[in-house]
Amino acid sequence: MAINSDVLVIGGGLAGLTSALKAAREGADVRLVSYKQSSLRHASGLVDLLGYTPDGEGPVTDPYAAMADLHDAHPYQTVGVETVRESMSMFDEVTDYRGDHTDTNALVPTHGGTVKPTARYPTGAAAGLASDDRDVLLVGIEAMVDFDAPHAAAHLEAAGVPFDVRGETIKFPGDLQADAKITRYAKLLDNNGEVAVRGRKKGARDALAERVNTVRENEARVGFPAILGDAHTDGVRAALEEKIGADVFEVPMGPPSLPGLRLEDALFEALDESGASFETGNPVVDFDADGDTIETVYIEKNGARIPNSADQYVLATGGLVGKGIESDRESVKEPVFDCHIEHGEDRYDWFDGDVFGDHAFASFGVETDETLRPLTADDAVEFENLRAAGSVLGGYDFAAEKSGSGVSIATGYVAGENAAAEAR
Amino acid sequence: MSDAQSPTDFDPVEPNTGHDFEPVDVFPDSNDFDLRPGADSCFKCSVCDTNCPVAEVDDDFPGPKFQGPEQWRLKQTDDDYEIDDSVMSCSNCMRCDNACPSGVPLSQMHNTARGEYVEEQMDKLSIEYVRNRILANYRTSATIASKVPGLANWGMNFGPARWLMEKTLGVTKEREFPEFASETFREWWTARGGADASRRNAQESRERMGLDRNADKKVAYFHGCYSNYNSPNVGQAMVRVFEHYGYEVVAPEQKCSGTPMFANGMLKDARRHAEVNVSSMSDLVDQGYDAIASCTSCSMALRQEYPELFDIEGIEKVASNTFESLEYLRIHEDIQEDIQETDVSGELAEEFAYHAPCHARNQGLERQSVELFRDLDGVGIEDVGESCSGISGTYGWKEEKYEKSMEIGEEMFEHMEHAEGDVGMTECPTCASQMEHGTGYEIRHPLELLEAALVK
Repeated sequence: MAINSDVLVIGGGLAGLTSALKAAREGADVRLVSYKQSSLRHASGLVDLLGYTPDGEGPVTDPYAAMADLHDAHPYQTVGVETVRESMSMFDEVTDYRGDHTDTNALVPTHGGTVKPTARYPTGAAAGLASDDRDVLLVGIEAMVDFDAPHAAAHLEAAGVPFDVRGETIKFPGDLQADAKITRYAKLLDNNGEVAVRGRKKGARDALAERVNTVRENEARVGFPAILGDAHTDGVRAALEEKIGADVFEVPMGPPSLPGLRLEDALFEALDESGASFETGNPVVDFDADGDTIETVYIEKNGARIPNSADQYVLATGGLVGKGIESDRESVKEPVFDCHIEHGEDRYDWFDGDVFGDHAFASFGVETDETLRPLTADDAVEFENLRAAGSVLGGYDFAAEKSGSGVSIATGYVAGENAAAEAR
Repeated sequence: MSDAQSPTDFDPVEPNTGHDFEPVDVFPDSNDFDLRPGADSCFKCSVCDTNCPVAEVDDDFPGPKFQGPEQWRLKQTDDDYEIDDSVMSCSNCMRCDNACPSGVPLSQMHNTARGEYVEEQMDKLSIEYVRNRILANYRTSATIASKVPGLANWGMNFGPARWLMEKTLGVTKEREFPEFASETFREWWTARGGADASRRNAQESRERMGLDRNADKKVAYFHGCYSNYNSPNVGQAMVRVFEHYGYEVVAPEQKCSGTPMFANGMLKDARRHAEVNVSSMSDLVDQGYDAIASCTSCSMALRQEYPELFDIEGIEKVASNTFESLEYLRIHEDIQEDIQETDVSGELAEEFAYHAPCHARNQGLERQSVELFRDLDGVGIEDVGESCSGISGTYGWKEEKYEKSMEIGEEMFEHMEHAEGDVGMTECPTCASQMEHGTGYEIRHPLELLEAALVK
């Protein structure tokens, strides 16, 4: 016996979650299994579609228009531009993200002071857009060295943003230790928890607003690192806006990231509502196949092997960073089903000598047919009931193109749709 | 003491160490505490810190990354480095394990660091040490109390006595001690006829199910302390449900799983108990039994903490044959379908506010009760979210930790109160007592509901 479902999705990132959600909405009995917590915790929370062309041109204004010119092996070409739109509508339905009013990329300031072209952004980042011409005050927190507000402000000015921007660093109220966790700040603000300021107890929201008011001149917008609450982030922002008298926004940060965490929560909640099952914490380590049909996969829990069976499988285990693709000095591998990954014989062909050059490894991944089934070296289908989605796919360089989220959502959507259709 | 070893044989994310990883012998005696295993895979992404319920409320707690990989690095560069006493504020919820994208065995490092701190730095005459030792050895107190349950129930919650315990021992007077049952699980089990009675019941069920009367279906029940002394009804439900599916149950000799001892750095105590448990369980595994637990901290200890911390003969075998009760039935029986075809009426026809214990999460079991019971007619079940309950076994019993424990639990209490039902559900006995303490709700175990649904 085994734990059974119609569709089993392996991987809990954006691609896996989208694919499980789509398959469940199509009426399939879906189970998602993920080795570790979602990699969304490492993500900025911004959702990009296509920021730059593979040749490095950009920022792209209309990502949908630019997709048509991509090379044939690009995942966007495999699924088609119309499907990308459809998949983004599903994403919009289950999140409270902004940006769906237009095809045009939004320009969102990042914690390094660059401007990222992105298709969707959290509500909390909305007041910070670089296309807005109101002046900005960036507020850094002394102990949070990942966000140097004056430095980010200088960078933004150098990038030619159409407004004045200034950075100030303040001490977070209360006696927090130097390396307090981002969740500590978020929890304090969520609960308006008491902090001591010069011997007097105050609510964290009030105390923070008071500190900002001493450094604000008359900027209409104030940007904070993304620590403004977790469970009640809208409430935290609204309270600060009232007390400061300006629009408040969050600047997306590096990992670990609260906006990524909140997106993870929203997607798991949607998945729960769709009736799908899921579990995290243990890896898929092995499988049984009958010819070219996968019958059972095995999840390992400290030596115990838990069999999980399904009609259809989706591989959404991530790329080199997510460890859905592994490499050693000899070869590049997909570790779960050992799907073929095209790569040069000589490892010196895998990368470029220039640090920011055109690295071959960035596009390593499985190649698929038009229904996203991975292909062998001879272009035959690896398994008739296996599909792949997200960064385990080859043929695109999400880091250079700024296309990671869009490809995950679009291919996840298609893999989920096809898997559910076949499972019926 | 700590027999350092690589966390698991298979580790798809062990880029630095590879499969033939050998711990470096940095200490003069290889039996000393070694924080090394897996440390090199930490690239300081700090995602573990976002999972730590203590770091979220405690300004003085530096978080899981510091307690494990960072302390290892500090030990490497400074010969005189001593384990920071903040390790005693780690509640051993083990959530950081599940977070690490590189498979660093954080909770193993914390258990090792805490063991070293207690063994080498803590004053054995201090009140804190004595108090922790008493709390960690709950089984000892429970054994005595269960001999005179009426007296114990009265005495443990007698106001002046509790005031004195707080003043002298630092055990908070805010909590009610768990009630001791008038008949322990083992007393019930023996009076019922032990393994022989179970075999007969299982055989009857097999006949009813149309299976071979002598089919090889047998499990060894690790009931743990709480099911034995405090909630024997959970143990009884476990036995009846398994017999219903045709399993013969045995209840082998056993001691505490060691969970409260790991959390208090009492590794020598834990090892003594683990040796007994492994010895009796491994004999049974050899005879074809699987080990089943109804408490998720007990299954966690047998599956993960024992093989990480101790080198006891047969431990790997026991770990790979240990399962949580519902998980086991989900793998081996068509329990989902059986649930869909039945219903519950009477006392347990309720809306349940379900909380997944941290130690269930770490076994990938955080959703199984919700997913199973949402198809059951007559009941409703709602997941009250991912927050930790905050009690973490003995943690919330310490006077100085009580308020933090309640602050951690606040989110869960709120979610429970917003949930439809006024009855809670969880697998973990201490989470149950925290849920009850924070909301006043009665708390049930999934096995009790399963029994009500399947065993009419």
